[in-house]
Amino acid sequence: MSEFEPKIVAFVCNWCTYAGADLTGTSRIKYSSNVRIIRFPCTGRIDYMLLTKAFASGADGIIVSGCHPNDCHYTSGNFHARRRWMVFRRLCDFMGIDTRRIIFSWVSAAEGAKWAQIVNSANEEFKKLGPYENYHKLSTQEIFE
Amino acid sequence: MARIGVFICHCGENISATVDCSKVAQVAATFPGVVHSVDYKYMCSDPGQTLVGNAIKEHNLTGVVVSACSPRMHEPTFRRACAEAGLNPYQCEMANLREHCSWVHERNEKTDDKAIDLVRMLVEKVKRNNSLQPIKVPVTKTALVIGGGVAGIQAALDIANAGHKVIMVEREPSIGGHMSQLSETFPTLDCSQCILTPRMVEVAQNPNIKLYTYAEIESVEGFVGNFTVKIRKKAKSIDESKCNGCGLCTTKCPNKKNPNEFELGMAKRPAIYVPFPQAVPNIPVIDKTQCTYYKTGKCKICEKVCQANAIQFDQQDEIIEVPVGAIAICTGFDIKKADFFPEYGYGKHKDIIDGLQFERLASASGPTAGEIRRPSDGQIPKKIVFVACAGSRDPAKGIEYCSKICCMYTAKHAILYKHKVHDGTAYIFYMDIRAAGKNYDEFTRRAIEEDDAKYIRGRVSKIYERDGKLIVVGADTLMGAQTVEIEADMVVLATAGVANQGAEKLAQILHVSYDQHKFFSEAHPKLKPVETNTAGIYLAGACQSPKDIPESVAAASGVAGKISCLFSNSELTREPLIAVVDRTAPPQYSSCTGCFMCQSVCPYNAIEREEINDRNGNLVKQLAFINPGLCQGCGTCVAVCKSKSIDIEGYTNLQMYSEVDALLNF
Repeated sequence: MSEFEPKIVAFVCNWCTYAGADLTGTSRIKYSSNVRIIRFPCTGRIDYMLLTKAFASGADGIIVSGCHPNDCHYTSGNFHARRRWMVFRRLCDFMGIDTRRIIFSWVSAAEGAKWAQIVNSANEEFKKLGPYENYHKLSTQEIFE
Repeated sequence: MARIGVFICHCGENISATVDCSKVAQVAATFPGVVHSVDYKYMCSDPGQTLVGNAIKEHNLTGVVVSACSPRMHEPTFRRACAEAGLNPYQCEMANLREHCSWVHERNEKTDDKAIDLVRMLVEKVKRNNSLQPIKVPVTKTALVIGGGVAGIQAALDIANAGHKVIMVEREPSIGGHMSQLSETFPTLDCSQCILTPRMVEVAQNPNIKLYTYAEIESVEGFVGNFTVKIRKKAKSIDESKCNGCGLCTTKCPNKKNPNEFELGMAKRPAIYVPFPQAVPNIPVIDKTQCTYYKTGKCKICEKVCQANAIQFDQQDEIIEVPVGAIAICTGFDIKKADFFPEYGYGKHKDIIDGLQFERLASASGPTAGEIRRPSDGQIPKKIVFVACAGSRDPAKGIEYCSKICCMYTAKHAILYKHKVHDGTAYIFYMDIRAAGKNYDEFTRRAIEEDDAKYIRGRVSKIYERDGKLIVVGADTLMGAQTVEIEADMVVLATAGVANQGAEKLAQILHVSYDQHKFFSEAHPKLKPVETNTAGIYLAGACQSPKDIPESVAAASGVAGKISCLFSNSELTREPLIAVVDRTAPPQYSSCTGCFMCQSVCPYNAIEREEINDRNGNLVKQLAFINPGLCQGCGTCVAVCKSKSIDIEGYTNLQMYSEVDALLNF
């Protein structure tokens, strides 16, 4: 039996973290392959319902990452994302969604190494938490079908 | 019914060495809606693009997923290829198999699985792409050049000579930048001011250039072709339209003991001053922090002597708003100052100076009229030590990069010193001599062979004072790391070149990215070296990384070329990836409930209130309306919309949920 590999979905902004992850590639820095990156124009665009959707789709952990404060390509999208995250986190606590499974970070376009490090440390963290079966059982498919 | 084509690129071996491309293509062929799936060695090559184009025609494709490098690299390439084959360019998406997969993972099954997942995600997305038409926007054919150093001057003159208007903003009272402080320039030893000042005058006289000195950028709004810039013109306390630059005020000012910034503190200047004799514009500024009148309320001698009545003590800062189409950042660099080198005693001993101070000592217009004299007692130093890499290439100091110009200017300093002090000896501690450039290596050879500079390969560990001499302790690594002690009369540190003060703040005003050292980041290190990631904003000179004069000038001309290209069209096409509010038939009109949460989060004020009236003119409903000219497509409004009435093209809710949904099986 092979070791448990968490399924990680990363929601990233186009201008900082997506470019940062590109730099990770250009610099040939290796990180674990169980992460899927989804590109958004800005973290401000990320509707947090997508996070619950990702858990329902089988994710065990989620990374949300954008530009550092004050560096947003669109001036303030990352601040809105952060503010909504504060509220969403409390909602998660209320609903019983494990917020340790959501990692919120800033990675700039120059921080290729940081991106690899975030993915790897998130991977370790999610490994400890194990598969998110409690949520997967509630998969939207079962509700709608 | 969607007919999707999937094109897997090997990128030579960049992808295929790690990802089994033919397997990915085979699996992708089984995805619902995929009618064509192939792999090819170089999809971006001419035959590769033709392959995509032919497949579109042959299989009547409605969507294309190119699985290759980052969309930040080649999305425009493939969108264009699709458009040429008759497919709407916005029906093309890219799966990032190179930067996000093959380059960062090992070759194994999991990596293949990831590649397949990435393709599946994008296939699901592209099925839901809308066909879009690019937006046309007008261009304001005026360029803003921030910074009046040699890069800014070159950029401004080139743009102005191409027939476009230029607004130049300089923080200091005069343009000229660091180059105006230099004595001679390497590798030709021609006088820096002699070649720069005519260019400065040209800027002032060019009818296409409007110069604002002693001014800073307050805010920048808008987008490529249509920026609105607010410039803070700091109060000079001088009416520029009246001042004739006679300079009587500066000679009569009784408060003359202020440190002269241009001479780096090695000379004094009055409170009302022109930074240096060749300043452009030749108009003085009152330093409010030093002026006796501003401090005590009495004096006004300058006002009494000014025959032009140009002194205005009550002048206030002025905010000027200008429309511009493109912005060139030419803010230059700075050098590391005191307190950074406690072991070198910099800042403690007057005779330990930095490279820029040595430039002023060697300059004919400098505080010693070109004679090399110690700042402490005015003696001519007979033994001088130059320390290269003072701070540069030193990860322990947090500066791991090479400051690039120090090797060359240190060689120049040694030559200048020898030319002025014939019986003196110049020692240079260095790590490596980096003299790559036209006639550069010849120049450093000249310093060693003709001007007898003593190069010692090793670093300096300590500098301290003993009996009026500066004892420089270093190692000579070519002599088996032997300790070397030199009793020097003067020490010059070639301190690291660093980002200019305020670079971070400016980057945040302009929304351009910068690296960990606060140097501005280019859009691509090789192919877009003068562009930033923000369309319409360009970079030239040492604000990007330490650069010498020829490089800065070349980059500035590059920027001018880019901006002239931009201004050669009367209209720009813009990506139509913007937000839209849904509209349906009456009586509902839209699912928008008119809460206007979106309006409060929009950073561009792009959301307006649209009123729907019935035929009697009665208000039926208020709806959000997004101005397509202003929307930049961040999508913040989409995420806050409670009724899910706003969507953003290219990243619609349907597309993003489908992408997440496509992960279901991973």
